[in-house]
Amino acid sequence: MNKQAEDRKKAGKEPLIRITKRAELSVRGARLLRIGAFLLALAAGAIFILCLGYNPFLIYGVILSGSFRSAMAVQAMVKLMIPLLISALGITLAFKMKFWNIGAEGQIIMGAIFASYFALFHDQLPHPVLILVMLVAGFVGGGLFGLVPAYFKAKFNTNETLFTLMLNYIALNTIVLLRDGPWRDPESPGFPKIARFSANATLDRVFGVQAGWIIGLILVVVIAVYLKYSKQGYEIRVVGESQATARYAGMNVKKIVLRTMFLSGGICGVAGVCQAAGSDITLATSVAGGVGFTAIIVAWLGHLEPLEILLFTFFFAVLEKGSTVAQSTYGLSSNCASVLQGIILFFILGCEFFIRYQFTVRKRGVR
Amino acid sequence: MEKTQENSCAIQCQGIRKVFGTVVANDNIDLEVRYGEILALLGENGSGKTTLMNMLSGIYHPDEGRILIDGQQVDISCPTDAMRLGIGMIHQHFKLVDVFSAMDNIVLGTEEKKIKPKILRQKILDISHQFGLEVDPDKKIRQMSVSEKQTVEILKVLYRGARILILDEPTAVLTPQETEKLFAILRSMREQGAAIIIISHKLHEVMDISDRVTILRKGKSIETVNTAETNEKALTEKMVGRPVTLEIERPQTEKHERILDVYHLTVEREDGTTALDDVSFTINTGEILGVAGVAGSGQKELCESIAGLMPVKEGAILHKKQDIIRKTPSEIIELGISMSFVPEDRLGMGLVASMGMTDNMLLKTYHRGKGPFIDRKPNRELAERLVKELEIVTPDVETPVRLMSGGNVQKVLLGREIESDPNLLITAYPVRGLDINSSYLIYDLLNEQKKKQVAILFIGEDLDVLLELSDRIMVLCHGQITGIVDAKEVTKEQIGLMMTGSRAEEVLGNE
Repeated sequence: MNKQAEDRKKAGKEPLIRITKRAELSVRGARLLRIGAFLLALAAGAIFILCLGYNPFLIYGVILSGSFRSAMAVQAMVKLMIPLLISALGITLAFKMKFWNIGAEGQIIMGAIFASYFALFHDQLPHPVLILVMLVAGFVGGGLFGLVPAYFKAKFNTNETLFTLMLNYIALNTIVLLRDGPWRDPESPGFPKIARFSANATLDRVFGVQAGWIIGLILVVVIAVYLKYSKQGYEIRVVGESQATARYAGMNVKKIVLRTMFLSGGICGVAGVCQAAGSDITLATSVAGGVGFTAIIVAWLGHLEPLEILLFTFFFAVLEKGSTVAQSTYGLSSNCASVLQGIILFFILGCEFFIRYQFTVRKRGVR
Repeated sequence: MEKTQENSCAIQCQGIRKVFGTVVANDNIDLEVRYGEILALLGENGSGKTTLMNMLSGIYHPDEGRILIDGQQVDISCPTDAMRLGIGMIHQHFKLVDVFSAMDNIVLGTEEKKIKPKILRQKILDISHQFGLEVDPDKKIRQMSVSEKQTVEILKVLYRGARILILDEPTAVLTPQETEKLFAILRSMREQGAAIIIISHKLHEVMDISDRVTILRKGKSIETVNTAETNEKALTEKMVGRPVTLEIERPQTEKHERILDVYHLTVEREDGTTALDDVSFTINTGEILGVAGVAGSGQKELCESIAGLMPVKEGAILHKKQDIIRKTPSEIIELGISMSFVPEDRLGMGLVASMGMTDNMLLKTYHRGKGPFIDRKPNRELAERLVKELEIVTPDVETPVRLMSGGNVQKVLLGREIESDPNLLITAYPVRGLDINSSYLIYDLLNEQKKKQVAILFIGEDLDVLLELSDRIMVLCHGQITGIVDAKEVTKEQIGLMMTGSRAEEVLGNE
């Protein structure tokens, strides 16, 4: 009996803080929570900037004004948005299906490579035809590159996360191979590089920014409609939720996985075309430059909803552009933008927990 | 277990309250269990039985109220606390490591130092003899039958010195014979002074095993009665809150035509084991063919192979004299074969959890309309009609079905299948997790279809229901048919024997 009495003591008190389920928040409540999380993220970012020895208000101010102080600044900011937006939309298709496509980076590059072939070797074509051919080629290139992991997933159930991730390096080194070998610009002395595209193979400018932004905006609408109202979009959502249910409903799951990954990769490929033919005007190894990974964050923050993705792309572009200005003005490392992005991601994703759960503190004097 | 403790209070719960979000799962519950007695906790699904037991075993923490063990107030904040206090819970879904032996599973997680296998084996055997349990300590869990696994679960808590046992619907997966065996064990524990709480909604079992019954309804403790002084009808009324009739109709139908012939069907699972072994039977129109069997006897594979979701190794399935084995699931749907299969998690197959009713209505018909876009309007109307006709409770037809209660989810699923005007309806466990009222509504729905000359393959769990609802009962055991019998001329015990492998001829011949 003594031992039991001891055990009883050991059994301990009610924990000070425990997690309990709450009623699911309303749409409005959830929105407020997310805005709150965002403000908290800014506050945490401010502490980080303070620790580096800068005035956070000043830095935030510069980041904002850096993106909007002139028409040129805005144009530069929009230019940053284009590949990020398009590839985030591409990833969204795969993610809706719960196919973890981490290979946007590689698909962007493949799209750019396919388009560059026409830009470099067929630039005698009429301008509109050439641009169209380049876009289609980029779409097919990215799509085929997305199809590879999808095929192996459907056939052998390979892990798509690792598979797409590794394909990124294959794509990157394909550019290196082309740059150092067959596509090397003979007229460029010194370091090997690929020739600059002719004006004929360059995307036109609209309001001072390459036309990629129009493609991006069109895609926002197209993807939103596709996911919500089309049969194929419906199939994607069902497959993402439960493959067993999809098969039960008579869907051909393999076909849907292949088709969706082709589209997903294809759209990422278009992002590559825009970057190469609109911004870089050549094919460089930096054509993707990590955009494919940032796109994952953006797609996720935007809850895989095209309009929200547009919003977060805008926000990330401001942060990116603004922090380069902060670097030139105050010498704040541009890597700080990545840290701030990380902080925001942490807070916004972290707040999802509070949509369903809450902390309950032990009431005083219960015992 | 000391004799002196007999008849003293083991557990007292006073004014327990637990809220999940807006759902009040437990509200002001009082409960008392003594040593040397078996208390049955009776209540419909969603009445808060499991929540209450989870608080006793340290999984949840009550928001209000006190728990007293041996007359002293305690706080149980984790399962280890519960164990220390001598409370052992046996869950409905076993929590065992498949590749370990019984012995390894029993000592897993105990705090004592490693014991030599020889001594441990003896210790386990000693405990099993004390209570009349049969177990082979070296047998691997994955080679065990369901009832053997349950024995290991019981040994696990006894080994840890539990004097208070909680069993959550322990008979749900057992045959009648296995249930008897379990009850014998529980009675022997009671003799030795243990306090036992058994959660159940099977009334005859409650009458059979318990000394007292505490009835929960909608999260409140309604009453505690001595089992000897009550009967099944009175208990049901207390549980449901109003008088109910407990009879299931079995309407007679006129025409019986063969609609599905299954010939020598053999199906292998992905891991190469045989799921169905040379199975042959027929289903007629206007008939309910019940399928009985211990869980995992091939029911799932039978459903899936008819629906075209599983490759068939040998044999043929003829639907109106047409072989459907090579057909794709969508071709089979077009033939009018409808399957509503509800696996353990209910939403795993058949419904998309995060979508509302409207989008779930679309699941099997979305591809029919012309053009690349889906037309939600007729489906929203269908959803709204189902809500009215089947009395489905949901705030809105766009509310994700995962937020709906089990009974309503089943109604959505079955309602959609019936709407597709099938000629063969395959339904598995359609009343799993439903309260009595909803269950009877589902039986009525099935009978209505039967009257419309639909053939129904009904995979069931509760033998009493199978006996009352079906016209014929087919019994599966390890993927083989042990008999197809007339439901009016067979007893539950006979079905039970067939479920464990006896042939119908032997079972019926002996009578």
